[in-house]
Amino acid sequence: MARIWSRFRAVILGVLGILAVVGAWDMYKAFGPEQGVLVGETRILPRTTDLAMPHSWEMLQRFGEPVTALSGAPDAFNAVYDASLFSLGLAARGWVIGVVVGLLLALLMSGFRIVESALLPWVVLSQTVPLIAIAPLVRRWGSEIEIGSYIWTSQDSVAVIAAYLAFFPVAVGALRGLKSPEATHLDLMRAFGVGWWLTLVTLRIPASVPYLLPALRLGAASAVIGAVVAEVSIGLKGGLGRMVIDYAVAASGDPAKPWAPIFGAVAIGLVAAGAIGLLGLALRPFRLTGVAQ
Amino acid sequence: MKPTLKLGAAVVALGLVASACGSDGGGGSSEVDVAANEDCATRTQEARDAGELTEVSLQLQWVSQAQFAGYYAAVAECYYVDEGLDVKIVEGGVDIVPQDVLASGDVDYAISWVPKVLGSIEQGAQITNVAQIFERSATTQISFKDKGIAEPADLKGKAVGSWGFGNEWELFAGMQSANVGVDDINLVQQAFDMNAFLAGDIDAAQAMTYNEYAQVLETVNPKTGELYQPEDLNVIDWNDVGTAMLQDAIWAQTEKLSEEAYQEQTVAFIKASIKGWAFVRDNPEDAATIVAESGSELGESHQLWMTNEVNKLIWPSTNGVGIIDAAAWKQTVDIALNTKNETGATIISKEPPATAYSNEYVEQALEELEADGVDTKGEGFEPIEVTLNAGGK
Repeated sequence: MARIWSRFRAVILGVLGILAVVGAWDMYKAFGPEQGVLVGETRILPRTTDLAMPHSWEMLQRFGEPVTALSGAPDAFNAVYDASLFSLGLAARGWVIGVVVGLLLALLMSGFRIVESALLPWVVLSQTVPLIAIAPLVRRWGSEIEIGSYIWTSQDSVAVIAAYLAFFPVAVGALRGLKSPEATHLDLMRAFGVGWWLTLVTLRIPASVPYLLPALRLGAASAVIGAVVAEVSIGLKGGLGRMVIDYAVAASGDPAKPWAPIFGAVAIGLVAAGAIGLLGLALRPFRLTGVAQ
Repeated sequence: MKPTLKLGAAVVALGLVASACGSDGGGGSSEVDVAANEDCATRTQEARDAGELTEVSLQLQWVSQAQFAGYYAAVAECYYVDEGLDVKIVEGGVDIVPQDVLASGDVDYAISWVPKVLGSIEQGAQITNVAQIFERSATTQISFKDKGIAEPADLKGKAVGSWGFGNEWELFAGMQSANVGVDDINLVQQAFDMNAFLAGDIDAAQAMTYNEYAQVLETVNPKTGELYQPEDLNVIDWNDVGTAMLQDAIWAQTEKLSEEAYQEQTVAFIKASIKGWAFVRDNPEDAATIVAESGSELGESHQLWMTNEVNKLIWPSTNGVGIIDAAAWKQTVDIALNTKNETGATIISKEPPATAYSNEYVEQALEELEADGVDTKGEGFEPIEVTLNAGGK
């Protein structure tokens, strides 16, 4: 028993966690007040009607039913699965672009003091621009891009928007990491006459790993959100964002249906975070300090 | 941990990313892949290969749905190809403003509501209404019978829902006509769905006849165990109140309209579009199927309901589909000039320029259609009966 526990502890705790959420949902639905919990005029807990909170098993059941009554319509699970892969693909593209851009910016900023002073405020400012303002712009500018035979598509726009959100934590985290080696270590490098490149590879990059991993994970979460929101914003077909809009029409008559893409988004968020976890496993030897999770 | 295992983990991580990159899951573009019948698909391909077609793009106001059935039908039935046009339909999204996309030259034509565009024109957008497809407004304010809201004056003191973003003007104009000020109501921001209305948070909710109204009728009434019925609802129709504004119209780029090629193309585009709408009138079931097969995710009965309701907005047509009625235009402009919203703003501050609309192209298109024997007025039009299913399925 103890061996089973120690081996599958993470899995068991994970399943228990999910069960706890599901249980809380259905318990509240069963015993909570129908009109929700109000403090004054403000509702702090939702209504417990079938419209506002479908039973957990109804939402699960909905996955097995066809999306529409149209002949040949896939069941909701397949539709959500396809859409999730599509959105995850765009988020992954966005993440890769974001990580490359973020790392390059961090390298530049850590190398030159003046670049850091000039760029860092802009990096921070970039995140204050609302997504809904840049999404249509990216699509419009993108539609004018044509590189050789390659024609810009709305998918590229979504990936770029995801990258726009993902690069920020990477840039900031990597900058912090690259500057993290102690002064004595850097002095030692300098004393031995080691050049910039070798210092970077042997000291700065390994030292940055504990800062980089949480940044990469944040970036992955941002990329997923960015991809889904950008899909909503520009109406790109095929992914979860668009599915959220499409299914919202059924929110009253078929209340379990709009939850399907939400679960899809949760799933790809977990996959994205899990992928970074694997990356962290590979980079384990460099995690000298205890900063990373 | 062995180095090979570490390497393995990294490979798996990268593999996940790569495989996600590779899977496209079909679709994935804002361009609609309209499901044409085999005959038309072949014909389109042949004409395309022979280089006989001019590429034309149309920006929709929203995602694929029967609201735009006429344009889908015109593609699917090859009406555009007959006119030498290769029409690409571009879907809209939450933050896509069709008139901006058109004014910046990214598309050749766009579908948008007149009041929304009037604001853009005053801001400097150079675009022209070349065909007013919807003659009537589909915007209504609906409420359950027990709330006793039968006319705009009854809205006083009630929780009134509105989507905002330019969808509120008919409501405010109607209230203004009944001397109900914006301060006299509790204005509630409405979401995409009707849950707030069904839960009673909103007394009178904004509803398009072709969409939200049907959403309510697709919901089970917990009291009866049956779907809600039209008898359960009061509907304030802005067409009846007299504060309707012009909705879906085809917009073109004003400057390019001085070029002869674009003029001809505009006439051809309007002609085929109206023919598409005539097809929707005569074959609502087929039209709903075309839209559904072109990637709309709406339920089957909901889609057919929408097709039928949109038909009612167009047919019967007083002057021939697409003609911009001077009186209706003036009503829209007057409301845009004189109605204040909750912040005290009006849509426009001065009359729009003369270039804001033109009947020149639609008149020519109608003439050609009549010569071809197409009924452009639909005087004998009778809507079909659509039975809605729960959830619109």
